[in-house]
Amino acid sequence: MTLYNNNIFETIRMIEKEKLDIRTITMGISLLDTMDSSGDKARTRVYDKIMRLARDLVKTGNDIENEFGIPIINKRIAVTPIAIIGAASDDKNFLAFAHTLDKAAKEVGVNFIGGYSALVQKDFTDSDRLFINSIPQALYETERVCSSVNIGSTKSGINMDAVKMMGKVIKDTAYLTRDNDSIGCAKLVVFANAVDDNPFMAGAFHGIGEGEAVINVGVSGPGVVKCALEKVKGEPLNIVAETIKKTAFKITRVGELVGLEVSKRLNVPFGILDLSLAPTPEIGDSVARILEEIGLEACGTHGTTAALALLNDAVKKGGIMASSSVGGLSGAFIPVSEDEGMIAAVTNGALTFDKLEAMTSVCSVGLDMIAIPGDTSESTISAIIADEAAIGVINNKTTAVRVIPVYGKGVGETASFGGLLGYAPIMPVNPYSSEAFINRGGRIPAPIHSFKN
Amino acid sequence: MKAIITVIGKDRVGIIYNVSQILADNNVNVEDISQTIMQDYFTMMMLVDLSKLKCDFNTLKDILEKKGDEIGLSIRIQREEIFKTMHTI
Repeated sequence: MTLYNNNIFETIRMIEKEKLDIRTITMGISLLDTMDSSGDKARTRVYDKIMRLARDLVKTGNDIENEFGIPIINKRIAVTPIAIIGAASDDKNFLAFAHTLDKAAKEVGVNFIGGYSALVQKDFTDSDRLFINSIPQALYETERVCSSVNIGSTKSGINMDAVKMMGKVIKDTAYLTRDNDSIGCAKLVVFANAVDDNPFMAGAFHGIGEGEAVINVGVSGPGVVKCALEKVKGEPLNIVAETIKKTAFKITRVGELVGLEVSKRLNVPFGILDLSLAPTPEIGDSVARILEEIGLEACGTHGTTAALALLNDAVKKGGIMASSSVGGLSGAFIPVSEDEGMIAAVTNGALTFDKLEAMTSVCSVGLDMIAIPGDTSESTISAIIADEAAIGVINNKTTAVRVIPVYGKGVGETASFGGLLGYAPIMPVNPYSSEAFINRGGRIPAPIHSFKN
Repeated sequence: MKAIITVIGKDRVGIIYNVSQILADNNVNVEDISQTIMQDYFTMMMLVDLSKLKCDFNTLKDILEKKGDEIGLSIRIQREEIFKTMHTI
């Protein structure tokens, strides 16, 4: 046999028992050439271009899933930020752009389309403001459109006027989608240091430095890492790191294989592979349980930040060795509602909002899928965003906020979003006001890049 | 194109016969085969060449899976690259 039997069974076990999967194939599509002074014309071109490039995306994904025997969970599309595309049009009818994206997504059969986005890390244009104000209605009226706004970066600081606006946008979105536990907020990410090639929703968009079209792949596999760690119980942490690294290597290799194959069949260049341990609400697919396997009684107790730092770093190291195209946000995601272990940790009081914030300083992304009381004020939400952005901007990493102020619900209740988005116990936030701070507006200047301590 | 077929389940008479009959019918050449019995469980792996395959990949996969259901075994076929890429640099 050209391959060792053990390797074959290891691969099969990883897929069948430990839930190794390709989490998403995301096609990035540049819409820069669809801009037009006539809004209608631009939207027709947007629709036509998506249809032309992504027509076979879902079918190709399914074919490859069959041939390689590895599940490919999601097929998605990310486009150039619509705040840029729509800015050229006379009608500035951003909502109509959202409907165009939604229609195209339904037509090609992808479950999400990202890029209803704006990049305002330093300041706004007039049309950026119009765009941002359109987000709540767009998320309410469409089904598959995902939105993101970049409000800060290490190079330009934090746009606190945008931070203030986003507090209101999140509250308005929560209100408009109040019949479904404010689910609109689950499709809205506020970034600092957003990356151009992130394949994961809801924050994916096709950066303006990207090419015509690109295939980015997101691989996952918290279950595989957890199972690998079960075999090194009680060993020193360097052995833990080594085990995670080796596992990440294997997962990444599969992702690269799939990415290259999709790219070949669709004749679209392969961009990056994002190896992120992205949990799902299913048992055996949890990042929190990995941290507990490392030796914590419950995720959120003292030591959690250190264990997560080790995990995140080891995942990146294994990934970098396995592929030259690692990018995006590679690391570990900690979305509360999408992780069975996190949900349990919040429910039994082990994991608090403040601890989550600390954890985000060492993991990829940030405060993700956290349900908070519906009566949380706009300024408190803005302040949460500002804190998270500060962590990203100062530490030169991507951070994001995806919180859901669940309309009409409070601490002790649970919000349910369904499917991969999961469910979440509502977490308390600090009751003291940050209003005067947020109302100042302006900009937090870019940080110094020396004297790092 | 090469693929790996894995068969796992309770041992019984005629497993290899059942699988190889389907392969022969569809013009698939078996290049290598290995089997063991672990705790009553029959496990078999075949490296096959699909370059002269008469039907398409999905049809062959369906036929094999159906046969597996019929005789109470799990029969999988996956392209060889996934195993190679994962375990070799």
